[in-house]
Amino acid sequence: MAYRWKNTLTHADITPKAAYLNRRQILAGTAGLGAIGLVPRGADAQTGLAPNTLEEIRSYNNFYEFGTGKGDPAANAHQLVTSPWSIKVDGMVDRPGDYALGDLLAGLTVEDRIYRFRCVEAWSMVIPWNGIELADILNKVGVQSGARYVAFETVVQPENMIGVQRRVLDFPYIEGLRLDEAMHPLTIMATGIYGEPIANQNGAPIRLVVPWKYGFKSIKSIVRITLTDQEPPISWNIANAREYGFYSNVNPNVDHPRWSQATERRIGGGLFAARQDTLMFNGYPEVAPLYEGMDLSVFI
Amino acid sequence: MTLSATINGALRKFPAWPLYISAAAYTAWEFWRAVTQQGPYLVEPINVLERTYGEIALILLVAGLLVTPLRQWTGVNLIKFRRAIGLCAFFFVLAHFLVFAVLDVQSLGRVWTETVKRPYVTVGMLAFVLLIPLAVTSNNLAIRKMGAAAWRQLHKLSYVAVILGVLHYLWLSRGFQVEPLIYLVLSIGLVALRYRHVTWRRQAA
Repeated sequence: MAYRWKNTLTHADITPKAAYLNRRQILAGTAGLGAIGLVPRGADAQTGLAPNTLEEIRSYNNFYEFGTGKGDPAANAHQLVTSPWSIKVDGMVDRPGDYALGDLLAGLTVEDRIYRFRCVEAWSMVIPWNGIELADILNKVGVQSGARYVAFETVVQPENMIGVQRRVLDFPYIEGLRLDEAMHPLTIMATGIYGEPIANQNGAPIRLVVPWKYGFKSIKSIVRITLTDQEPPISWNIANAREYGFYSNVNPNVDHPRWSQATERRIGGGLFAARQDTLMFNGYPEVAPLYEGMDLSVFI
Repeated sequence: MTLSATINGALRKFPAWPLYISAAAYTAWEFWRAVTQQGPYLVEPINVLERTYGEIALILLVAGLLVTPLRQWTGVNLIKFRRAIGLCAFFFVLAHFLVFAVLDVQSLGRVWTETVKRPYVTVGMLAFVLLIPLAVTSNNLAIRKMGAAAWRQLHKLSYVAVILGVLHYLWLSRGFQVEPLIYLVLSIGLVALRYRHVTWRRQAA
């Protein structure tokens, strides 16, 4: 059952390919068109959600399997082997197994979702994903009644991953959601950006996107989905429990020990870009009921 | 003539002032690349510029600590360049701080909050503050006025500043990263050498 979340943006807000491929080409080549308002640059100012260019989305990444520099994933992720790809579905499900990616997604609807994406490092982008609601995938494999959490695992290809060789984190990268978070219509598994297959550095061939949580929760290049009744461990919490909690909801009122989370810098504004206020739940207040009665300064 | 003597002879022809010009030109060049978003500055120029200035500062600070051991071990004497190395290091720390204050956090209030609340900013700021008296006294007049012994004593603060600078880098890195650890080993090693050397001389005397 797709389309349970209504985008306030429509297909017309997605920047046409000619425009997103390289903004500087546009600046150079169509400066005149811009002056008469013909350069399409995503959504207008009233929504404030102008998607970043594909070039920006593909060249500024955190994917520690491929190195810790922001440019490392773009430089190294071509080594990731994404075909064939299968996902192991196990734990408390009715139909566990190793699913070929195509089989797991067959018959499900791919939607356009333009989401804000907020990194825990206090930068952000707007990304036009193409993805499938995670709930649809989970319903397809059949979640058993006792399950309360979903755990995810990123592929490990040591010979192709410089960051794995250097043991930057305790790989494989693992993440998790509470079942109700996973079933929320905002939560998707993305397979594309701007209508193109997702680039390796962005988490090919399939990744999680949870737009109201810090970016590291949106685990990339997933090879395993496990339904469980226990809160699963997550990589950054294992690495540094004081700094990274299981929930990691975007919250301007709770600072990361090393960064203020009150403001953020939207990528694409250049050297003199002003910071902007970070929104509670990254501007998705519809998820607030999931956390009713929870002290979000404790459950970070 | 030994190799070190040959090198020293060749170095004698080179004045130190081009180092200042190079540092200023490099600072301006990187700033220009950040403004026009070239190369590594394409997507997030603020953070990259901040890191670029910070890293070059760290490299120069460590290089400054290398001058004396290099002379002791190899006889190659770079002492006449050391003031320039140190002052350029300070300029890059200053540039790093300005990018942080003006372009990154964008308000004095936030500079203060960050300094008080974030240990890695605290140690970085402390290193910056410690370097100020060293930069101010990096001239012949100050040495004359203070006397060589007091001047040398004061400039031992550089040991503390370098290690705090490395700590700052180590602390802001996420996960297990190699580069900050290399700086840590280098800086602690180079400072420790000073003290080992002192004890050794005392025993010999």
